[in-house]
Amino acid sequence: MQFALMIYHTPEEFAMRKNDYSDPHLGAWRAYYKALVEAKVYVSGDALEVAETATTVRLRDGKRRVQDGPYADTKEQLAGIIVLELPSIDAALDWAARCPGASLGAVEIRPLAPEAKRRGFTG
Amino acid sequence: MSGIYEEDAHRTVERVARESYGRLVAYLSANTHDVAAAEDALSEALLKALKVWPQDGLPQIPEAWLLTAARNSIIDLIRHQHVVSESEPTLLSLTKESTEMNVSTEFPDERLKLLFVCAHPSIDPAMHTPLMLQTVLGLDAARIAGAFLISPKTMGQRLVRAKIKIRDGGIRFEIPEQSDLSTRLEAVLEAIYGAFGIGWDDMAGIDQRGRDLAEEAIWLARVLLQFIPDEPEALGLLALMLYCESRRAARRGLDRDYIPLSEQDTQQWLSPLIAEAEQHLTVAFQCRRPGRFQLEAAIQSVHSERSQSGRTDWTAIVAFYQQLIRISPTLGRLTGYAAALAEATGPQAGVAVLDRLEPEAVSCYQPYWAVRAHLLQCQGKTSEALEAYDRAIGLAEDPAVRRFLLRKRG
Repeated sequence: MQFALMIYHTPEEFAMRKNDYSDPHLGAWRAYYKALVEAKVYVSGDALEVAETATTVRLRDGKRRVQDGPYADTKEQLAGIIVLELPSIDAALDWAARCPGASLGAVEIRPLAPEAKRRGFTG
Repeated sequence: MSGIYEEDAHRTVERVARESYGRLVAYLSANTHDVAAAEDALSEALLKALKVWPQDGLPQIPEAWLLTAARNSIIDLIRHQHVVSESEPTLLSLTKESTEMNVSTEFPDERLKLLFVCAHPSIDPAMHTPLMLQTVLGLDAARIAGAFLISPKTMGQRLVRAKIKIRDGGIRFEIPEQSDLSTRLEAVLEAIYGAFGIGWDDMAGIDQRGRDLAEEAIWLARVLLQFIPDEPEALGLLALMLYCESRRAARRGLDRDYIPLSEQDTQQWLSPLIAEAEQHLTVAFQCRRPGRFQLEAAIQSVHSERSQSGRTDWTAIVAFYQQLIRISPTLGRLTGYAAALAEATGPQAGVAVLDRLEPEAVSCYQPYWAVRAHLLQCQGKTSEALEAYDRAIGLAEDPAVRRFLLRKRG
């Protein structure tokens, strides 16, 4: 069963990305990624640029409404997604708790929806 | 009425709830087997008390007042359910008790039976601890869920299901037969320890997530010992928890930094708790029936001696681990043994123990990687040590432990 770990960062955490390579925060992330791979649960994942770079599009009455900024204007913003192959939600909770992002921002866990994908939704 | 009076009532309700919750739930559900109904009735009675006591004054024996109020609400509930014929015996016994029994009489303490019910073999072992915390201590589902890292809704549903099983599954409210007693008691002890959740914590290996319910676990063990004061494993469990609890403050430094056992300032250890633990463990050992909790407490006792002697007798710890492994070779014990053996005879012997463990089994076991990293570093095997540190850091849940390991990794 596959789960998405959606990592939400505070502005401080986004800023830490620019830190030196020897920074402990970055070291924790490197180690976490390594542990995921070594445990053979890692499927895929990527980090996102800061929320200021986001653009949100809606089509209303046939017209494009383009908003400068993220979908929701919250303090913590989506910073990345990791997809894991795991036996249960309990295992997903364990890995979310180990995530360095959980102690500052938040980690949202959701099962992937394979049925939606099978029916042609490929988003 | 007067504000002071109201405050008094509030405080009394709070005190009675904390001290007597489990006794009242146990007594109210012993006949009906319906723990959920007993809890509902008791919370209704507590609400009623908050309304009535400030007006009418505090009852002489608040606990007896609550019992009567709760019992009446259960009787009402059964009458309303239109299943009178089925519940006739229960109803009769409850009504009889409530009319015959003088409310000021002491009612029997049925909490031991309730503890055995919560840890009954037909209930999912994962629910034993949550059930005890709720029914005996009155903790709410949200608080329990937080400690067990699941959502309050899920925990609530699981608790409801477990209570239905207790009500309808033919689980008897009784002290188990002598032939069953030791296995059934083991389940009760496991469940109490499950709330404690510190586990083995040297060299930044954290065996279990911190449950943050240590005080509640110690309280449950004390309740259990009121009934079976001479049971060596129950004494061992209480001793084990007290030793660990005595070091709580020393485990964190400035900025909440993690401090491993070997580097803790023994001045900060709470000697009254250690003294109490020693007392319990001595009584337990006199029974000459060693067991898992006594042995684990014995290991902690050796560590505690450092506050007197300034040194740790690792050979003694190795011997206790060997006995524990003979009982059952769990990953935690084998890892602890490897760490102790390394201290006693050198890192090589420790690594050799770790090398014999199944790679599959240890792949997500954080303490294994923390100990392995430390021992490889002692041997000067830098690149292998770095690899192991990364695994230990990546698997760590506590940010303070993560920081500690990152510093050691260098």
